[in-house]
Parts: sequence; C-alpha cells; structure tokens
Amino acid sequence: MGIMDKKIGLFIPCYINAVYPEVGVASYKLLKSLGLDVDYPLDQTCCGQPMANAGFENESVKLAVRFDSLFEKYDYIVGPSASCVVFVRDNYGRLLKEEKHRCQSEGKIYDICEFIHDVVKPTSLKASFPHKVSIQNSCHGVRLMHLSAPSELNIPYYNKLRDLLSLVQGIEIVEPERPDECCGFGGMFGVEEHAVSGQMGRDKIRRHMETGAEYIVGADSSCLMHQNGIIARDKLPIKTKHIVEILASGL
Amino acid sequence: MSTKHSEAAERFQKNKSLAAWHDETLWMVRAKRDKISRQLPEWEELRQMAHDIKMYSNSHLDELLTEFERNATANGAVVHWAKDAGEYCQMVHRILNDHGVRHFIKSKSMLAEECGLNEYLEEKGIEVVESDLGERILQLMHKKPSHIVLPAIHIKKEEIGELFVREMGTEPGNNDQTYLTHAARKNLRHKFIEAEAAMTGANFAVASTGECVVCTNEGNADMGTSQPKLQITAFGLEKIVPDREALGVFTRLLARSGTGQPITTYTSHYRKPRPGGELHIIIVDNGRSEILADRDHVQTLNCLRCGACMNTCPVYRRSGGYSYTYFIPGPIGINLGMLKAPEVYYDNVSACSLCHSCQNVCPAKVDLADQIYNWRQRLQQYGVASKSKKFMSDGMKQLMEHPALFNAALGVAPLANHLPRFMMYNGLNDWGKEHEMPRFAQESFNEMWKKNKIQK
Repeated sequence: MGIMDKKIGLFIPCYINAVYPEVGVASYKLLKSLGLDVDYPLDQTCCGQPMANAGFENESVKLAVRFDSLFEKYDYIVGPSASCVVFVRDNYGRLLKEEKHRCQSEGKIYDICEFIHDVVKPTSLKASFPHKVSIQNSCHGVRLMHLSAPSELNIPYYNKLRDLLSLVQGIEIVEPERPDECCGFGGMFGVEEHAVSGQMGRDKIRRHMETGAEYIVGADSSCLMHQNGIIARDKLPIKTKHIVEILASGL
Repeated sequence: MSTKHSEAAERFQKNKSLAAWHDETLWMVRAKRDKISRQLPEWEELRQMAHDIKMYSNSHLDELLTEFERNATANGAVVHWAKDAGEYCQMVHRILNDHGVRHFIKSKSMLAEECGLNEYLEEKGIEVVESDLGERILQLMHKKPSHIVLPAIHIKKEEIGELFVREMGTEPGNNDQTYLTHAARKNLRHKFIEAEAAMTGANFAVASTGECVVCTNEGNADMGTSQPKLQITAFGLEKIVPDREALGVFTRLLARSGTGQPITTYTSHYRKPRPGGELHIIIVDNGRSEILADRDHVQTLNCLRCGACMNTCPVYRRSGGYSYTYFIPGPIGINLGMLKAPEVYYDNVSACSLCHSCQNVCPAKVDLADQIYNWRQRLQQYGVASKSKKFMSDGMKQLMEHPALFNAALGVAPLANHLPRFMMYNGLNDWGKEHEMPRFAQESFNEMWKKNKIQK
C-alpha cells in the first residue's frame, strides 16, 4: 500500500481553528493536491499543550484521551503546527498511561512540513510566491522535531522548511541573524513574563526585517501570532504568513 | 499574573540600552562558543561522553570518592568530609584558626558562595579576599555575582573606575581598562603577600590520582597558593571524575562551552602540599546526595558550571542575573534553586519559554528545559502555583473538553474584534501590554467544514 491509500486525519489546533482558519484550509488543499486521502474529524478543540506548559499537565489528560479517540481510525495525523504536534508526540504516551489508555497518536502524528518532506516527498509543487521571505525557525520545530539543524549543535546544516520553500516559483528565501533564537511566545510565558517576551519578539522581528524580507514565514502559527501582535502594535513594515499558505498558493 | 522574576525582569527591561547591551554581550560569548565548538568534528561525541562519564561517576560516588581520598592521603593531603554548608564553614574556620590565619586569599568558588563561607569567616574576624578580578570588584562593591563564570558582567567600566578611585586611589575619570587592571593587580599583590592561607575550589577532582584541578584565566589560584604554606581546596562531591582520561574530555569542553576559548589560560593540578606546607581537601555534600535519588533531576549533578546555558538563554540575557532569586541564575540556577528549597525559589520557574536551547549547548547534556517543565507540574503540589494561571488553565480545560462550548465561543469571539480599545488594552490584560490582540476569524475552521466550504 502506498501513501495514496493511507487515510490522513487533519489536525487543526485550537488557535488556528479560531484565528487562522485559512491556514487550515491551505493545509487541506495542499494535502489534497498531493493526491492524498484527507479527512477532518469534526469538533476538534485543543491538544492540551497550553495548560501543560503552564504547569497543569493533569488538565490535558482528558483532552489527550479525546484526541486519541478522535483520530483512532486514521493512518496518519497531520497538522500545521510543529509545537502542538510535538507535544502530542512527546507527551501523550506518558499522559495516557495514567488513564490506562494505550496511546495511538504518538507514533503516527506529523507536522505537515515534516510529513510532506519526509513521507510524501514531492519533487515539485504548483506554488508560486514572488516575494522575499525570512524563515521563522520555531524552537519546538527545530529542537524537538528536528525540522532544521539547531544552531547550537555541530552537525551539518539542513532545513526542511527551506527545502519545501525551494519548490515554490519565484520565491527568495533568507534566514535572520540568530536563526533559531526564541521569539518569546511560549504560551502563558508570553503573559506571565510579558516584558521579556515582548522584547524577545521585538528583537526577533527586527532581525527578520534586517534581511529585507516582506514576510516572516514559519510552521508555527503561535510564533507568528505573537510576532503579528507586536507588528500591529508597533506598526512595523513586515507581514507574517504560515508556510502552508505559500506552499498552497497556486491552489 | 507575575512572579518575583517577571517583576525584576520588567525593571531590568526599563533601561533599554543596558538591557540590549547585556543581551548582545552574552550573545557574543554564545557565538564564540558556537564557532570554537565547530572546530572539533567530534564535538557532539565529546558531549555525549561527558554526559555518560558524569552519569557513571555520580552513580559510583562511593567507590570514586574513597579512591580519591586514598590517593590524596597517600599524596600527603588531609581529606575532610562535610555533610552540609555549616560543617564546611566550621571546618574551614577550624583549620584557619589552628594555624592562626588572619588573612585568607581565595580564588573563585561557587561552593563557597553556595555555603556563605565569606560572611561566616568575616564574622569570625578573618579577612577574606577574592582574587578573581570580577569577584574582587563585586566584593568591594558588596554585590553578588550575576553570572557564574562572568560574575561582574553586568557592571560597566565607569562604575569600576569610580570604585577604584575610592578603594585604590586611582585617577578620577580614568576608566581605561588596562590602567584599571594594573591598579587592581598592584592592589592584590599586597593581599597575596599578606595571606597566611589560600583557598581554591575545584573544577574537577580526579579519583585515580587524588588531585584537584582548577581552571582559571587570571592565574590567581596559583598566585594565591604559591606563597602561603597552607592551602584549602573544597569541592562538591559531584566534581569527581574517574581518571585523567576522563578529565581530558571535560577540559576540552569546559572553556570552549563557557567562554569560547580552546582551554583556560591556566589548568592547575593540585596534588600535594608544598614542602613544609599543608594541603587540606574538603569534600562537601550539602544536599547533593539527595539529588542523586531524584530521577527527574539527577542530571543537574552533571553540571560543569560553565555558564553556557546562561549565555544562550534568551530570558537570562534579557533579564540579567539579579532577576533570579537563587544565587545561581539562568536555566541551571532555576533547577538548582528548586532542588535547594522549592517553596523559596519557585519564582524562577517562570523564567523559561521552553525553547530548549540550554539543553543543546550544555556540554554534559543536562536536560535543563525538561526539568523546568517538570518543576512547573510540581508547583501545585507545593501550593505555590500561580492562581491566575490556574484560573486560565481551568477555563481553557472546560472550554476545550466540550466541543459545543468551544464552537459556541468561536461563534461569538469575532465580536471581541470590535470592542472599544479601552476595554481591551486597559492595563489588566498582560498580553495587551506588548501586543495587539489576535483578531478572531468570522468563521472558525470547524464552522467552515460543517458548511462544506472547504472539502471538494
């Protein structure tokens, strides 16, 4: 059985559902355009990461059970958020053990970029985006999901986001100085430590702007939402875009 | 929603230019570390070896420490064991007292800082002089270190110039680094000559040879121990390494990670007393053996105290060492403080965005960020979890566990986009202090899917 015969459940994280549904729409279209069998199990809410990172992991357990059952019948779970996906992958096994529920999600969940890059492996896309973009290498994408080589490690450079963006016509791809320094979102960290978080965000946006890019592009809407809030507050001349919107731009 | 750390961080951020300078300066150290680590193709293997050797050593303390004691004793040193800070301070004092010491010169020791040695000895009437320049500056200013390797990194040279005018009679207004360093050197010379005893810490203690290894850039440890006949060296018991081969792994990693140097200028091996002198070695526990039994946090004992996790931490760089309530700041300090007294030091646990960069720079691969995540889970059990965070989390849980509620909330959420500004940015909303609020979509993804607007 090839990848085309597999059933893919689309995972749409809560804030994408509420604030950036267009990222969900682009994800669906992109996966469909690659010839995949994609479905959206209805009434998804949240994976539980915000509560867990704030220190209330026990409040995520019921959500984990619900999530795991919702996606039971799919061969793959694919979602446009590295951070949420890696939360499920790295923590659900442990959370569900206490519920005596065998976790099925952890082994079959992928971030959409990771999935397309490592599993589907298309050699071309229909997308065209004649703009200069600066990659937002998100912490959990880089250091927990290995979407790119972390700047701290002495390993050869690679970047799966860059590889995918390279399939887009007319695009110019750059990365900021301090390419994977945290932008300061961090869930409730951004509220509790707002002074530091805000400064981290401002520093990050400035470095993106210094590349001359028109867009900050990443695989995590959470980082982009944080930076977007600052861009709007400070009226800065740069925009944010989720990578799937670019990869799906011709669809 | 705030902690002592977040409040202190906010104050630190008020002086934007100083805060930016602090961030840039420490980032420069991180960049030096990156560059030099890339000159060793085997870097990642070395880190893994360091991790494995530490895990081995710390689980074989009974064998290795007694081997060390045997060898050190055979070398002519006197080995003492201190179970806590109190015993350690008393031991140092007793040794000094027995030898009639009034002037005591020290090289940098985080253990002495941890145990409050200087204050203890000063109360007993012994003059204690720090010989590391950064530590000396802080001692004269009556301030604490803000970084474990670069203790005075937060102090500008103008402040040092003013201090030296008062303390060393330098020319007012002359803040030239070389001039000030010469003045400090001259001033310290007298202290070195006066001292009747010298102390060093140890970066490593080698079991197979019974020697203590001290890494400095200023040569101050050697200067201190070269003149007086009495030397005291103290270390926390996790500093033990099996042999010199293992030591080589750590000396290759330490300075590269900490300051981006291939090796510290001086790597001194103290093995035996000087002819006619005495060498006392104190091995200190002070809570370390309890950490050994804590599976979630045992890896903190791998720490080499190189400071790399501070230099890379985006929060530390933007909040400064004094924003933490424990004497060791940054990722490792958050964890060590919690191990010391969670009910006292829990405020530091907020100082982390869980970016995980610290784990990647750590030369001994301590799982620093994972541990901070774990501490957050334990705050409730200590009764110190943030009530407002719990309130938010409870609210989210209710909403997210009930899709009908979630969908209903998403249905009305777009109304919030049209609220008057004063209602959304009234100073009560901590997100609104830095950002505009995200705008809710007119239709959620759930809604669009139900209406068949997406699928074809």
